Amino acid sequence: MRHLIDIKDLSIQEIDELIKVANDIIAHPDKYSEKCHNKKLATLFFEPSTRTRLSFEAAMMELGGNVIGFSSASSSSTAKGESVSDTIRTVGCYSDIIAMRHPKEGAPLVASIKSTVPIINAGDGGHNHPTQTLTDLLTIYREKQRLDNLTIGLCGDLKFGRTVHSLVTAMSQYKNIKFVLISPEELKIPEYLKEGVLEKNNIEYIQTDSIEDSIAKLDILYMTRVQRERFFNEEDYLRLKDYYILDKEKLKNAKDDLCIMHPLPRVNEISTEVDDDPRAAYFRQVRYGKYIRMALILKLLEIE
Amino acid sequence: MNIDSIKNGIVIDHIKAKNGLEIFNALKLGELDCSVAIITNAKSKKMGRKDIIKIDKSIDLDLDILGYIDEDITINIIKDDIRVDKYHVEAPKEIVNIIKCKNPRCITSSEQELDQIFVLTDKENKKYRCKYCETLYNQN
Repeated sequence: MRHLIDIKDLSIQEIDELIKVANDIIAHPDKYSEKCHNKKLATLFFEPSTRTRLSFEAAMMELGGNVIGFSSASSSSTAKGESVSDTIRTVGCYSDIIAMRHPKEGAPLVASIKSTVPIINAGDGGHNHPTQTLTDLLTIYREKQRLDNLTIGLCGDLKFGRTVHSLVTAMSQYKNIKFVLISPEELKIPEYLKEGVLEKNNIEYIQTDSIEDSIAKLDILYMTRVQRERFFNEEDYLRLKDYYILDKEKLKNAKDDLCIMHPLPRVNEISTEVDDDPRAAYFRQVRYGKYIRMALILKLLEIE
Repeated sequence: MNIDSIKNGIVIDHIKAKNGLEIFNALKLGELDCSVAIITNAKSKKMGRKDIIKIDKSIDLDLDILGYIDEDITINIIKDDIRVDKYHVEAPKEIVNIIKCKNPRCITSSEQELDQIFVLTDKENKKYRCKYCETLYNQN
């Protein structure tokens, strides 16, 4: 039985295979509409989320399966003090596969140790969010027709932004990837990623605090939101939340085939005037998220 | 200064000076019912200064704790006044319930019955990360 806790759990070949299946689902949705007949997905969201939970639920429904679950810790037995392991063992009796989000880092790993069904990490605090990464990889593939030879700009909260951490880890496996890390000093990428992933794999990267200075060389611009829930100090959040706002003016020097991505939800880091620009891929990215989750559910349930 | 030699027991040698007491506490040697000597700041040709621990009894040592605290130490096993074995330790790949994760966002901060597991992620610089949240353990 396989789980997906960290994007590193998947080999590059497995990621490529998931992307291949997702592409096939996009091309032939009818072929997959009954693949999960009589299967149940439990979505255990100990922390609020709209997009990820609905994406998982829509994915399972489009595979012909059913969905059970809860959408906040207060409506689960956690409110009574139940441990993650006990909740998972219980839910495993009702479902075939579990997607869980938890505010504590490492909670899905704890869940996977005792689980009798596959666990998908749907986000654990500021740590990992592997299905967002798979979404991002499918988006890059669909928009650029390749996953190698790319210069990727990551902008905003690179410290707490788990989507950024997983994406850096995953893309570092592909050939000739360069990163431009755009953030204020306080939100720079953690040392463990710089040492353990970028430097270890000899990946070329630069750190800067300016979008304008670096936008012309980018193939991908991945914007992120500064997340209030990751700050202990409201003052720091207010000071940093509007540090970057992508607008038409800043895009003037960008490549014609730049792909602008964002894991969403957006607050104001991308001006709405950018939404109609054909380079804005973030709403297409949402759609790709459902397809890659369909491919992942099939893989973990070992359904051909 | 003279410390009697031991007839049957263990001599933990080549401990970095000042690490002796930490090892004494971590191995809970104060709870043994035999003589235990800690010699600190002993002269050493190889190290300048070193600590030594002598345990007047054969016991099972937790090599993970020793390897984590000081991987340069030497362990000598003494039987009938003769050294019958000598070996070195190395930094363990994984340590359980020796150090605690300090990340307030880690699952171990709210579920305290979980084992505190740390994984050696950088052997050269002896860096350990929490298995759950991957936070680097910082002794300070």
